[in-house]
Amino acid sequence: MGIIKAKDLVHEYIRRDEEGNVESIQTALDKVSLDVKKGDFIAVLGHNGSGKSTLAKHINAILEPTEGSLWVDGFDTTEEKNIWDIRQRAGMVFQNPDNQIIASVVEEDVGFGPENIGVPTDEIWQRVEESLKAVGMLKYREHSPNKLSGGQKQRVAIAGVMAMQPECIVLDEPTAMLDPVGRKEVLEAVHELNRKKGVTIILITHYMEEVVDADHVYVMDAGKVVMQGTPRSIFSQVERLKEYRLDVPQITLLAYELKKAGLDIPDGILTREELTEALKKLCQS
Amino acid sequence: MLRDITLGQYYPADSVIHKLDPRVKLFGTLIYIISLFVFKGLPAFILAAIFLVVLIKLSKVPFSYMVKGLKTIVLIMLFAAVFNLFLTPGTKLVSFWIFTITYEGLKNAVVMMVRLIFLIIGTSLMTLTTTPNELTDGLEKALSPLKYIKVPVHEIAMMMSIALRFIPILIEETDKIMKAQMARGADFEHGNLIQKAKNMVPLLVPLFVSAFRRANDLAMAMEARCYRGGEGRTKMKPLHYQKRDRMAYLTLLVYLAAVIGLRILWTNVLSGMAAGILPGAFPL
Repeated sequence: MGIIKAKDLVHEYIRRDEEGNVESIQTALDKVSLDVKKGDFIAVLGHNGSGKSTLAKHINAILEPTEGSLWVDGFDTTEEKNIWDIRQRAGMVFQNPDNQIIASVVEEDVGFGPENIGVPTDEIWQRVEESLKAVGMLKYREHSPNKLSGGQKQRVAIAGVMAMQPECIVLDEPTAMLDPVGRKEVLEAVHELNRKKGVTIILITHYMEEVVDADHVYVMDAGKVVMQGTPRSIFSQVERLKEYRLDVPQITLLAYELKKAGLDIPDGILTREELTEALKKLCQS
Repeated sequence: MLRDITLGQYYPADSVIHKLDPRVKLFGTLIYIISLFVFKGLPAFILAAIFLVVLIKLSKVPFSYMVKGLKTIVLIMLFAAVFNLFLTPGTKLVSFWIFTITYEGLKNAVVMMVRLIFLIIGTSLMTLTTTPNELTDGLEKALSPLKYIKVPVHEIAMMMSIALRFIPILIEETDKIMKAQMARGADFEHGNLIQKAKNMVPLLVPLFVSAFRRANDLAMAMEARCYRGGEGRTKMKPLHYQKRDRMAYLTLLVYLAAVIGLRILWTNVLSGMAAGILPGAFPL
């Protein structure tokens, strides 16, 4: 069993009127099953309202499944007593950097998580230093978060999660509110953590470019996992992705259009280099 | 304009004042406020001023930062001054139409202004040199005996620190909403006070909505990071009194004693002397 395993996960948002009668039921997750291996970099793609954020909140035990079950590192999220173990193992980074930084000094914010789980003082300092170093924010440790850029704030938030030494980090659209530079910074930091510290990453996003380097991609639509596989196998199905209102990376799209126009190029080209290679080959033959 | 509020904004620097235990600074501010309302007479006023200036110099916070905080309360100060000026009975100094300025009124107004200015600068000094987290840690520890009578000390402290952290964010947001509405023709600058207040309503609604949304997000982020109240929590920066803190307490006590001493001295001896030397001089 992998570090995160979901079996037929169902979540319904139920709206009730004043007398407690059910007004409407919205199924946000519909029989989602997934199995994530330790150390993997997973990306979850989906259009707005596809249920990807709901899924993220289940992994951190913020939401409870209506039906089905989810295990994080062997802990069942439906059991109340496991909640804190799960939250320590599966850290979560949210979309808005301002709304998740609690303290008004960077290092105090990174120390907030370890404080909550009762880590001794000396070790907190050690962890804070390590985590800030891991995301390249050590020199800002005494700054106020208000004066940092969006990308820097989001890196502080990631450091705050890292300081709890989680097995996996769930990032719920961490780059949605950032400029291109900030997006690059955050993604680099995340990849670095995945490579160097072996942290399992679950990146939830709707930017296709961020998915290219993932080990495994899940595509969600209307609460269901509709496609899964390596980025290459996903992006070779351009037509199907368009059905789910998702764009493919521009390079992939270009390659796809060229192929449609009659050029002999392989499916699922992900990077500029691959496309140049393919075109070069074509010219030579 | 809204960015000028310094209350609750930390100014990072490496100074003795910054390093002091937050409890010392809390009690210090309290003692200073008490001293401001106790002092009487010019010498005590000079002492309070010198004390404040020395502290500001020690803190390495630029003086302009303190003054910025004053701008926002100019209106309150003017209110206090005007009421004191016109409504204090006593020896008539000037009078026109229905207004009379008395000698006592003038005196009270000046004293009130000075007190308010010192009060704001004194408290800003504390918030500028103490991070909100330190401040609430200090508060939590100083008030911890209240836990035994079921006062949720930790929760109160946590709420305070979050409120302080969000002040600049909400101010920025207000600015943004204001600009967005001004771009669509809203007018915040003209009209009388009541009209201005009315124009603020469309500003407050989106601000409240966004504040609630932020609160919701923050609560979720805190829970995701295993926050579950004060129980079983360790501290990254635990508070221990050090030698400099004891010295600071001593200094504070000496200062308070001096202010009280000067008050007693002033009422009994010095004011008589001052009046003797300079008849009609300005006895504060």
